[in-house]
Order: sequence, then structure tokens, then C-alpha cells
Amino acid sequence: MMINETLVLKLLNLTLFCFGLGALASLALARRAPAARWTGHMLALLGAGSVGTLAVAGLAGGTAHWTLSGLLPFGGVVLGIDRLSAFFLLIIAVGGFPASLYALGYTRAYESRHSLGAMACTWNLFLATMTLVVLARNVLTFLVLWEAMSLVSYFLVLTESDHAETQHAGLVYLVMTHAGFACLLMGFLLLAHATGTMDFAHWRAATASLGASTRHAIFILLALGFGAKAGVIPLHIWLPQAHPAAPSHVSAVMSGVMIKLGIYGLIRLGFDWLGIGPAVWGGAILAVAAVSAVLGVLYALMEQDLKRLLAYSSVENVGIILLGIGAGLLFQAYHLPGLAALALLAGLYHTLNHAAFKSLLFMTAGAVVQATHTRHMEAMGGLIKRMPQTALFFLVGSVAIAALPPFNGFFSEWLTFQSLLLSWQIPARDVNLIFALAIAALALTSGLAAACFVKAFGITFLALPRSDQAGQACEVSWVMRAGMALLALACLALGIWPVGVLYALQATIFEMNGAYANLYFDWKTVVANPPFATVAPLLMACALAALLAAIPLALRLRRGRTVRRYYETWGCGRALQTARFEYTSTAFANPFKRVFAFLYRPIKELDIEFHPESRFFVRTIAYRNEVRSVFEEALYQPLIRSTQWIAEQARRLQSGNVQSYLLYILIALVILILLAR
Amino acid sequence: MLVEVIIEFVQTLAVALGAPLLVGFVRKMKARLQGRRGAPVVQPYRDLRKWLAKDVVLSENTSWIFRFTPYLLVATMLLSALIVPVLTTHTPLGFMGNIIVLMYLFLLGTFFLALAGLDAGSAFGGMGSSRAMAIAALAEPTVMIAIFAIALRAGTTRLDHIIVHYSADGLLVLNPGHLLAFVAFFIVALAETGRLPVDNPATHLELTMIHEAMVLEYSGRYLALIEWAAAMKLFLFLTLLANLFFPWGVAPSLAPAALVVALVVLVAKLSVLATGVALLETALAKLRLFRVPELLSGSFLMALLAVVSFFFVA
Repeated sequence: MMINETLVLKLLNLTLFCFGLGALASLALARRAPAARWTGHMLALLGAGSVGTLAVAGLAGGTAHWTLSGLLPFGGVVLGIDRLSAFFLLIIAVGGFPASLYALGYTRAYESRHSLGAMACTWNLFLATMTLVVLARNVLTFLVLWEAMSLVSYFLVLTESDHAETQHAGLVYLVMTHAGFACLLMGFLLLAHATGTMDFAHWRAATASLGASTRHAIFILLALGFGAKAGVIPLHIWLPQAHPAAPSHVSAVMSGVMIKLGIYGLIRLGFDWLGIGPAVWGGAILAVAAVSAVLGVLYALMEQDLKRLLAYSSVENVGIILLGIGAGLLFQAYHLPGLAALALLAGLYHTLNHAAFKSLLFMTAGAVVQATHTRHMEAMGGLIKRMPQTALFFLVGSVAIAALPPFNGFFSEWLTFQSLLLSWQIPARDVNLIFALAIAALALTSGLAAACFVKAFGITFLALPRSDQAGQACEVSWVMRAGMALLALACLALGIWPVGVLYALQATIFEMNGAYANLYFDWKTVVANPPFATVAPLLMACALAALLAAIPLALRLRRGRTVRRYYETWGCGRALQTARFEYTSTAFANPFKRVFAFLYRPIKELDIEFHPESRFFVRTIAYRNEVRSVFEEALYQPLIRSTQWIAEQARRLQSGNVQSYLLYILIALVILILLAR
Repeated sequence: MLVEVIIEFVQTLAVALGAPLLVGFVRKMKARLQGRRGAPVVQPYRDLRKWLAKDVVLSENTSWIFRFTPYLLVATMLLSALIVPVLTTHTPLGFMGNIIVLMYLFLLGTFFLALAGLDAGSAFGGMGSSRAMAIAALAEPTVMIAIFAIALRAGTTRLDHIIVHYSADGLLVLNPGHLLAFVAFFIVALAETGRLPVDNPATHLELTMIHEAMVLEYSGRYLALIEWAAAMKLFLFLTLLANLFFPWGVAPSLAPAALVVALVVLVAKLSVLATGVALLETALAKLRLFRVPELLSGSFLMALLAVVSFFFVA
């Protein structure tokens, strides 16, 4: 099907018009908070819907090129759309549309405390800059938009800047994102210098003839820059601080969508700009991915803060996505294009899925936080009775992220497993063993993720409320629930009917790599590398639903209705049950803390002060059991200390004495003259 | 079409009805090995019938998750029974999922059972959930690497194709990689089905229990469903061990004679494996919870060696 170029341009204009008008109108209406909230977020909703349409048009084969010379030097603003860009636009729409709907209700709580005009304005700008980043087609356009996206999201993180914690999170985010930006800048300039063009379209042909060391340098710099945005370990430290600090609709889109633009960059880098690279690139990505996946979920398991738990789980999922991409790079290096495409397809599918379920989870977490006024899981519990629909949505998200059938996480993880299992076709034994370890890492990750989300859902929503606030929580407004419901449906639909996305992805990867994935599919079955592995998600879901309906029905017909009697939970003869008897989040995670103690290096302190006359009476007990952040201690603290030391030394030059400054200028001048001679 | 429906029905029925018998057989063997007479082999059926007739007592704290879980467990097990080649490799619905799908269906059940354990708000349930998830998570790498080892040798992950491929290989059981994978998978099967030395199915009300702690609040019809599902899980795991690693006897066609032979051979293979389980449960004490990871990492190493042996030996 051919899509008219003018149609694509019109859609792009419509998108930018909605976001632009949304940003301006919310600023203009800033004095009337409800008006700003409704106008700003409604226009963002329309804009996100239009991004979705644009994505569909792009995936259906619509292309467009848009140049605005004069606005920027070195080639002007150049935008364009291909299928890969369109697929990431789809991800932006999948995250942005429900989040905007949710924000309509969610930001109401901010009305009295914060400027809704500024919030809705930055929200529109955030969605707009993300949309434009994936459309950028030359270096300067890309970098300017990338930086704009980072800054706008920084302002959104700082919404509740009256908390010291938020300020710190904002600072860490700002530093990390600019360190990443510096790497990107160097990498891009190196690439542009080596190829002699700033235009993305010419790079693929031009990089083939570059020397190996230049290509390595470009790959390392750009991978660091994009990796910092994607949040791979050890560049992840901003993520668990910034995502929880932001308002929840912002966390949803930051975690679900923005970090995916790092993935977008890595895919462009590894599969498009640099062409086929050496195996060591794929191996490095695979190793980083495995470490990110396992450590991400292990840190998530230890969290008692619901939103930080979700943020760490984003680190894990970026790891899973990169397992697919790293495997794809390796397959490509060994000239197995069909398998490379399969692995890349698995990674891209998981990217979309993660956008759906992580956005959903952050929104439900936001609903819970708004209802209970705390992010601490130990103060929650019993919310399934107070907030039944939010609980259901969180459960859908949990099952999806734990990669359990019939939801979407399962399908993409299944694809990832198949592409890793097929690695035996690579004729190199050491690589085969690396893949075996990657399979083990993915398996451990999925098991730990299941445990992590049993904890997240079980402690937050089940049993008795652990605090008064949790006991008095109320269901959130219908707009918020509508946003969550959309994503919950998306999680189910992407899991049981993957065919539509598979078509789009096959075309996307073919357009980029010239090869289709070794994947056969029709309306009911999906076969990876036929006949290696089959799955029929739709039939499985139907069979499961049929069995779930048939078993109670058969029992009722045969034995009559279940006679239920309600009584207290059995507690060894103890009389009254209170929430203090419940298993806590810390206790739930304790077996993992003991098994993985070599990673967590937990601090455990127990101080008991006894009564001076008898050891049988205790006056105070102080107990502390924390997990140390190994990366902050071993990697970042020395870095910060050495930077501070250098700054201290440099300060000696700044005496404040004008004469010595004049001397510096003189010395500098003399050196310059000597050098220029 | 009709034949296919019938064969799926017969296989599912074999799993559904054979499972309590298998549990009864293991218990009987254990009792005989320990010098007791033991309950009759059909005792699990009687238990199920008794529980099905009884009223349900529910904790006031529980939600719909608690009531939904028993049905989901049985549904996932019956769905798995549709995929696993129990008697014949001609499983019409075998294309519905490969071995990885099967493992994730089991994990889905574990996930919800762990939630149900937390739902009543008792410390026992939470403890059971936490431990069950820890063991499930730590067993997962072994499961996948063992699957990798199997897939490498068979060139496929479809259960029916693996059996067809393996039964053509006469020297299969002499292959060290194959045996290593078997041992690794066997240990995982013990851990996943809550048998000794990981969990003791005979304990009730002890601080060491795992599965029993999660289901402590269940009674009546729900308990019957949960115990039935647990029995089916044991049956399916032992059938997988029997049919994947010793594939002889599984009917290659739908001829009635072949099916009868397959049934007899399956009963024989399962009896041997069940006796093995009973022997282990008599000879071994339960491991301390924090020694279980060592057992599982041992099984992981065996699975990894099975993979290594494929690349470097075969």
C-alpha cells in the first residue's frame, strides 16, 4: 500500500500543531488551573493520537522528508520518517496517549500546589520533542532535539522540587544525561568528520571504508551516550532516582518511552549507521544486557518504594531488550541475517511491550500513591478491596512484566529465548557458550521478575492494610482508570494477537537490513525458525479461558454451589489478627537477600539496650538492614571525589587577585605566541 | 478430526485421572520403604472426593485472587496436558506451545499460588510464598539450560518432535550430555513439584514447609482443586522426564495397539521414576532452605556441562 507523502506531512503538521497549541494554551491559561489542566492535556491527548496515526502511516510504508534550512546551521532542520522511526512513534503513542488521558485526572491533585500551566506545557513539549527526536535526520537536528527532550524531562522531574530528594534526583539526572550527551556529541562529530557528512542517510555507505579503530571509537562513544539514556548498568543510577521523583504520568512515559529512545539510537548505530560490525560489539552489548537484566531485577526485589521498584525493573527490561539486540548484532557479525532479524525483532517487540506494561504499572502505582499518600510498600496492603479496578490493572501489568502467558511480556520473552536458543548455528564455540550464559541470565531474570511482582502486587494489594491511609484509600477518578484500562487491554491484545505487530516489524527490519526474520506466522500460530519452536498465543488464551469457565461450571453442575463460610485467618490459636502478623515486603525479599548477599553486601546492625538490672528486660532495640549500592560506592563515589579534588586544586588559581589574573593572561598570551610562531 | 479430539481427550484424561494414582503410588512406596504398611494407593481419590463434598471456610481477609487461584491452577495443568505428548507423539494441539511455553504455564500457576499465599495475611502463607518464589526463580536457569541442551541434540524445542528425533537415536542413553541433562532436569522437577530434599510434602504445620504453607488457608473444594493440580504437575514432570529422556514406547502412530503399548510402557516408566522419588525421599533429609541454592546451582552446572559437552565433545 502506498501512502501519500502529503498525508504524512499533514499528519506531522497536525501533531506538532496539537503539541504546540497545547504548550502555548496551557501557559496562557496558567492562572486558571482547571482550564490549563483540561486544555493542555486534551491537546496532548490529541497530539499523541496523531502520533499514533502517523506511526501507522509510516509502518504502512508512508515516507516523507522535510527540510527547513536556515533554522539551524550545517544543513538545517532535516526530518524524515522510515519504518523504524514509525515503530518508535508507535511506542510514543502507546505510552503517551493513555498517559495524557491519565494525566487529565491525575494532575488535579497538583492544582493547589503547583502551576498546572507549566506542567501541562512541559508535558506537551516532552511528547513533541520525543516525537521529533526519532524523526531527526541529521546530526545537529538530532542533538538539539535530544538535549531539548532531556531538559524538558528534567523540568518535569523537578515538579515537586520542594522535596530535597527530588532536587537530588534532578541533579543526578542532569549530570548523567549531560555526561551521555557529551559522549554522543563526541561520537557524532567523530562520525561526521570521518564520513564528511552530517546527514544520517549517507553514513551507512560511508562508514564501510573507515578504519577499524575509528569505527570502534565511534561505537563506544555513541553506545555510552545511548546506553546512559537507556539506563543500562552501570550508567543506570539516575533512573531509580529520577523516575520515582517525577509525577506518575511523567514516570510512566519516561520509563515506558523515553529510555526506549536510547534503544532507538543503539539500533540505528549498530544496524544502520555502522553497517555490519565485528562480533565483539554484539558480545559487549550482550554482556552489558545480561548484567543489566539480572542486577536490575535483583535491586528491584530489594526495594520497598513502589515506584523505585518499577524504575529498577525498567533497568531489567532494558537488559532484556538489549539481549535481543546484542544477539542480533552477533548473528549479523556471523552472517546469519535471518536470525539477526529474528533477534532484533524480539528486542523491538519487547520494547513495545515494555512501553505498554511499564507505563501501566507506573500509572497504577501513581493511583495507589495518590490514594495512600505514600510510596512505601510496608504501609500499604489490602488495596484490592478499596481499589478493585486499579488492583486488576496492576495485576495485569504484573503478570505481563513477569512474562507469563497469555500477556504480552511472555510473547516477546519467548521470542528472545528462541533467538538465543538458535545461537547454535553460529560456528564459534566460545560464542556458543556466551549465549548459553545469556540464556541462563534471561531465565534467572524472568524467575526473579516473577518473584519481584508477586511481592509488589501481594504486599501492596492483598491481605490487611498496614496503615490507616491504606485502610481509607479510595478508587481514583474514571479518567485515570480509563487511561489504565486502555493499556491493560493493550497488554492483553499484544500478547494474544501478535500478528499485526509481527507484520510491521518484519517490514521494518527488511527495510533496514534487507532480510526477513526466520519467523513464520499466520492468524493463530507463530513458528520461529520453522520448525524449531511454535506457539499459538490466541488458541492458548482461548483454551485457558474455556477451561477457567468450564471447571467451575462442571463442579457446580455436579456438586452444587460452593458453600462458603467466612472466618478469621488461622493463626495458631491467637485471638485477633492484625496487619502486624502479615509477612512484610522486607521479609518476602529476605531469602533473595541471603542468597545474593555477595552482590547486595547488606549492612545489618542490631543494637539492644538492656535494662541495667536485668538482661531480660529490653529498653530499646535499633535494627537496621540495608542493601548497599555497590555501583555508587565503587564507581561513582571515587569519580565524584576525584572531580572534587581536581576542582579544589583548580581553585588555587582563583585567588581573587587582579594582578595574578593579569599575569595568567600574559602567560597565556606568551604561550600562544610561541605556539603560533 | 474426530480421532484428534479423542486422542487429546484420552491424553488429558490420563493426566487428570492418573495424577492422584501416581501420588498414591509414591506414598505407598515410601511407606513400604520405611517399613510401614501405608494407605491404599487409591487414597488420594478418596481425599479428593471428601474435600469436594465439604464446605469451604475462607479467611475474611481474602480477595477474589484466593478463590480464582485453584481454578487457574487446574486450568494451567489441563492446558499443559494438551501440549505434552503423554501417550503418542501425534498431539494435535502440540503446536500450541513448545517446551518453553510449558514451563511458563507452570510458572503462571506458581505466581498465582504465591499471591494466594499472601492473600490471607497470615505469616505462614507469606513465608511459603516467599520461599516458593525464591526456589522457582533459582530453578529457572537450570530449566532453560537443560532445555537448551535438549534442543541442541534434537534440533527443535517442540515436545513431539524432540521425542520423534530422540527415539531414532539408539545410543541416546549412553551419551553423557544426555544423562547430565536428565539429572539436572530431575533435580529441577523435584524442586518445582515440592518434593524432598527441597520441600517436604508430608509436613503439615512446620516452619520448614513451603507448598503446604502457601495452601494452609485452603479448605473444601478449593483444597481439592489445589491438591489435584499439584498431583497433575508431578505427573506431567515425571512424564516429561520419562518421555523426553527415555523416548521409547511413545506411540509413533494412532494405531490402537501402539497406544496400548504406549500406556503400558508409560506406566512402567512412571513406576520406576516414582520409585526413584520414593527412594530419594526415604534416604534424604530435607535440606535447610539456604542450602537449596547450592543444590540448584549444582543442577545448573550439570545442565551447563550438558551444553558444553555438545559443543566440545559430540
